[in-house]
Amino acid sequence: MFSNPETQRLVFGRLTLDALPLDQPIVVGTFVVVAILGLALVGALTYYRVWPYLWREWFTSVDHKRIGVMYCVLAIVMLLRGFADAIMMRSQQAIAFGGSEGYLPPHHYDQIFTAHGVIMIFFMAMPFVTGLMNFVVPLQIGARDVAFPFLNNFSFWMTVCGAVLVMISLFVGEFARTGWLAYPPLSELDYSPDVGVDYYIWSLQIAGVGTLLSGVNLIATIVKMRAPGMSLMKMPVFCWTSLCTNILIVAAFPVLTGTLVLLSLDRYVGTNFFTNGFGGSPMMYWNLIWIWGHPEVYILILPAFGVFSEVTSTFCGKPLFGYTSMVYATVVITLLSYLVWLHHFFTMGSGASVNSFFGITTMIISIPTGAKIFNWLFTMYRGRIRFEVPMLWTVGFMITFVIGGMTGVLLAVPPADFVLHNSLFLVAHFHNVIIGGVLFGMMAGVYYWFPKAFGFKLDPFWGKMSFWFWFTGFYFAFMPLYVLGLMGVTRRVNHFDDSSLQVWFVTAAFGALLIAIGIFSSIMQIVVGFLHRDRLRDLTGDPWHGRTLEWSTSSPPPEYNFAFTPVIHELDAWSDMKSRGYARPVEGFRPIHMPKNTAAGLILALFAGICGFGLIWHIWWMAAFGFAALIVTAIGHTFNYRRDFYIPAEHVIRTESERSQLLATQV
Amino acid sequence: MSVQTADIIGREQEPRFYLDEEHEHTEGGTLLGFWIYLMSDCLVFAVLFAAYGVLGESYGGGPTQADLFDLPMVALNTAMLLFSSITYGFAMLSMEKNRVGPTLGWLAITGLFGLAFLGLELNEFRDFIEQGATPQRSAFLSSFFTLVGTHGLHVTFGTIWLVTLMVQVALRGLIVENKRRLMCLSMFWHFLDVVWIGVFSFVYLVGYLR
Repeated sequence: MFSNPETQRLVFGRLTLDALPLDQPIVVGTFVVVAILGLALVGALTYYRVWPYLWREWFTSVDHKRIGVMYCVLAIVMLLRGFADAIMMRSQQAIAFGGSEGYLPPHHYDQIFTAHGVIMIFFMAMPFVTGLMNFVVPLQIGARDVAFPFLNNFSFWMTVCGAVLVMISLFVGEFARTGWLAYPPLSELDYSPDVGVDYYIWSLQIAGVGTLLSGVNLIATIVKMRAPGMSLMKMPVFCWTSLCTNILIVAAFPVLTGTLVLLSLDRYVGTNFFTNGFGGSPMMYWNLIWIWGHPEVYILILPAFGVFSEVTSTFCGKPLFGYTSMVYATVVITLLSYLVWLHHFFTMGSGASVNSFFGITTMIISIPTGAKIFNWLFTMYRGRIRFEVPMLWTVGFMITFVIGGMTGVLLAVPPADFVLHNSLFLVAHFHNVIIGGVLFGMMAGVYYWFPKAFGFKLDPFWGKMSFWFWFTGFYFAFMPLYVLGLMGVTRRVNHFDDSSLQVWFVTAAFGALLIAIGIFSSIMQIVVGFLHRDRLRDLTGDPWHGRTLEWSTSSPPPEYNFAFTPVIHELDAWSDMKSRGYARPVEGFRPIHMPKNTAAGLILALFAGICGFGLIWHIWWMAAFGFAALIVTAIGHTFNYRRDFYIPAEHVIRTESERSQLLATQV
Repeated sequence: MSVQTADIIGREQEPRFYLDEEHEHTEGGTLLGFWIYLMSDCLVFAVLFAAYGVLGESYGGGPTQADLFDLPMVALNTAMLLFSSITYGFAMLSMEKNRVGPTLGWLAITGLFGLAFLGLELNEFRDFIEQGATPQRSAFLSSFFTLVGTHGLHVTFGTIWLVTLMVQVALRGLIVENKRRLMCLSMFWHFLDVVWIGVFSFVYLVGYLR
C-alpha cells in the first residue's frame, strides 16, 4: 500500500494483503458463507429494529440471567465452529489413504486440530459452564444478582473478544499449528515465526481475564450472598460444584496467564524461558501449562456433575442419595486435581518414582468420582424415574463416563502410558470424558433450565432425537479410535499409508455424521420449541416439580429474581417449602435495590481486542492505543458513582400481581 | 450470621420462608472479592518465582548473581517500599478518623516512596543492561527481569491507582465507596510489599550468598 516498506511496517505491522488466504478455496468458501449469513443476520436485525433492544436489554445488561444466556449462545455458536473443524478432520482421515492425499494439506490440517481443541475447550465448554453457573447459582442461593454485576458483564465481553480473535484468525492470517497447548520449542519464534501462535496467545490471555474475574465473582457470590438459613451444607449440589469449579479457576488460570506471558516474552522480547539455547527449559512450559491444564479438566466436569445431581434428584423425585458424600467427593476432587499434572507427560523422563507418585494420585481421583456415580445410581434406585430428556442425558452420561474413566485409569498406569501416549487411544479417552461428561451435562442443563430462562420448554421430540444421535454418534466416532490407538496409530496425522486402517476411520466419520444430526436436532429443539411455545409454556415456574429455590420464582424470573429474600430451613429448600404449605407473599412489596446497566464492559473489551490485534500483527501504534484507551476508560469508569437504582414498589406490585393472576388460572 | 439466622428462622413458631425487611449483603463482598483476586495475582508471582527457581542458575555462559547484585542498593530500595507501606498505614489511620487532609498527605508520601522505589529499580535495570546483562542474555536473566519487572509493573499500576484515588477523595471526600477503594488499594500495596520480601530474600539474599 505504501511505497516505502518502513512506512508500511509502521502503519500495518506484519499485516499485508498476503495475510488473506485467497489461495485456499475452503477458507474463501467458508468466508463467503459466513459473510452472507452474517450480513443476512445483521440486515434482519436492522430491518426489524432489534439493535436498540439488544443493546439496552442484553449487551449492556448486568443481569446475571441475561449474561448467563449470552454465554450459552456464545458456546453454541462456537460449538458449531469447533464441530466444523471436527468433521473436516474426520472426513480427511477417512479418505487420505495410500495414494489419496485428501483435501487438507498438513499446513491447514495442523491449524484445524489446534483450532478445534482451543475452541472446544476455551470457547465452547468454558462459556457453557460459566453461562450455566451464572444463570443458576444466584437463583439457587436466593440472591438477586452476583456480587459484582458490572464485572460479570465485562467478563462476558472479554470472553467474546477472545472468541472473535480466534474467528478472525480464520480469515486474516492463520491460527497456530502447534496443538492446543502450544508446546515449545515448536511454538517459539524459530519454529512458528508467523502470527498463528500470537493469535493463540492473545485470544487466550484476553478471554482468560474474563474467566478469572468471573471466577472471583462467583466465589464472592456463593460465599457472601446466600439467603439466610442456607448454610454451606444446605446448599444445592450444583452450587457446591460451582464453588469448587470457581476456586479451581482462581487457583489455576493465573498459572496459564503467567505461562503464556513467559511464552510471549520469548516471542516478543527474545527472552530465553523455553528456548533450547541460553539455558532455557521447554520442559518447564510443559509442567506449568499442565499445572493449569489438569485442574481445567475438573473446572469443566464439576459443574456437569452438579447438573447431573440436580437432574437425578428432580426426575427421580427423591433427595439426592448421599448429599454429604457428594460434597466431600467434590472437594476431594478439587484438591487432588492439583496433584496429578505430570501424568500428561510420563514419557518425558522424570524417572520411575516421580511417575509412580503421579500415577497413583491419578488413580486415587477415580475413587471420589466413583462414589459420585454410586450416589446417582442409589438416587435412582426405587425412585419414580421420569425419563424426560435431561434424565436421558444423565443416564447416557453415567454409562459413557464410566467407560471414559476406566480408560483414564488405564492411561494412569505409567507403563501402559508408554505404549498409549500420543496415540488415538488418548484422543478417544479425553473425548469420551469431555463429550460424555461435560457436553452431555451441558445439554442436560440447557434442557432442564431452559423453561426457567425463557418460560417455555424445549421440544421433547427433537430433544430425544438430539440425545440419541449424540449418544450413538459418540460411540461410532470414538470407539474406533480406541482400537486404532491400541494398534499404535498416533494422533495429529493427516495421511496414512496402511489402508487396512481405513475402515476404522470411515466408521469414525460415520459417527461424526450422526453427531452432526445430533447437533442439528439440538438446534431444532430450540426452533420447534419456540414455534410451539404456547403449547410448551411453563406458567407455574416449576415445570419439573423441582426441589431447589430457582423453581420457586416465575419463569422467566423477574429482573429482581425474588420479591422477598427467601429464608432456608432445609436442603432442597423449594421442596421443603412446598411440603410445609408455603404461601407466596402477595403484599408488603418494597422498592428493590438493583445495579444499573452499563456499556463500560463492552467498550473495555473492545479496546482489549484492538490492543490484542495490534500485538498479534506487530502494529505497535494500535496496540498502544488499545492499551491506553483500556486504562483511561477503566479509570474513567471508576469516576461514575451512580451505579444503582431502586425498582419502584409499584413495579414490583404489578409484576407480582400479574403472576398471582397467572397462578390462579393454574389451580 | 448464626445468631441472626436463628432469630430469623424462629423454628418454634410457624416456619417463615421469606424476609419482610430489605436484606442487603453486598458490603464486605468487595473486600472478599479483592482478596481472592490478590490470591490469584499471588499465583502469577508463584509462576514467576518457580521459573526463577528453575532457571536461576542457567547462566548460558553469561553473568551470575554474584557478578551483578549490589546489595546495599537493593537494601535501600527495599527500605523505600517498606516505608511506603508504613505511610499507607498512617493514611488508613487518618481515614478512620475521617480526616481528608492528612489522608491525602500520607497517600502522597506513599506515592513518592513508591516512585523512589521504581526509580532505583529502573536504575538497577539500566546498570545491568549497560553491562550486557540483558533479559535476552540467559534464562537466568530472563527470569530475573520478568520476576522483578512484574513486581515493578504492579507498583506502577498501584501508583496510578493511588493518584486516581487521591483525586476521587479530593473530589468527593471520604465517602463509603472511597473508603472501600482505599481499603482495596491498601491490601494491594501491602501485598506488593510481601511479594517484595520474597523477591529480596529469595532472589537477592540467596543470590548474594551463592
